[in-house]
Amino acid sequence: MSSTFDQVATIIAETCDIPRDTITPDSHAIDDLGIDSLDFLDIAFAIDKAFGIKLPLEKWTQEVNDGKASTEQYFVLKNLCARIDELVAAKGA
Amino acid sequence: MQIEYFKLIDRIVDLKVGEKTIVVEAQVPTENTIFEGHFPGYPIMPGVLLIESMAQTSGWLLLALMNFERMPFLAAVKEAKMRGFVTPGEVLSVEANVLHEGSGYAITEARVKVAGKLRSNATLTFSHIPFPNPELRGHMDAEAKRIGFPQQALSHD
Repeated sequence: MSSTFDQVATIIAETCDIPRDTITPDSHAIDDLGIDSLDFLDIAFAIDKAFGIKLPLEKWTQEVNDGKASTEQYFVLKNLCARIDELVAAKGA
Repeated sequence: MQIEYFKLIDRIVDLKVGEKTIVVEAQVPTENTIFEGHFPGYPIMPGVLLIESMAQTSGWLLLALMNFERMPFLAAVKEAKMRGFVTPGEVLSVEANVLHEGSGYAITEARVKVAGKLRSNATLTFSHIPFPNPELRGHMDAEAKRIGFPQQALSHD
């Protein structure tokens, strides 16, 4: 079974037409990969489907806007994947 | 259909909140300035307005699913296909279903049919936010009444 990162990187590469080999765990989806909010909806849809979860995008966005979280916490891919793993684990609990 | 006011939906025919589906009816006007330009001597409903009719239909479905607490806004149009001409006076049956409900967004599939035949379809993405002001909420309430939005649908039966 491929890792969460591999799956997410493949989703991003296919959804946003970004070369797969440029996507690393340290890539920031917005700052490094240039993904905008609308493209991220497509990615969220694909992640929701692939992992059977619902990424809490509204909550994350609110936290960033309120200064309670940094974009790195949610949009650096290794951090995003950790959140996905948490959501998947919570679903199975 | 009041094209000038972008009110493309005439009435809700069927709304099933539990199944997340909707069917509405919309009659294309027999005369409109749009047809003078699109096209002279060969009037057809612009494809962008067919897409808008699917967006509005999807919007009413999402409003129902969100109990009129949030307003959906069209964010993306995918796989839109104009499969046949729609001409003045034709009665459209527009259907929509929810493909996915995400956090702050939703994706629908919608179809325009005339006499049972598919004329257009699309996959639409919406972002949604709490109603930004009472004026818009009041407008949507009034529109809901105009098109016969079934209030009992909100009970999720």
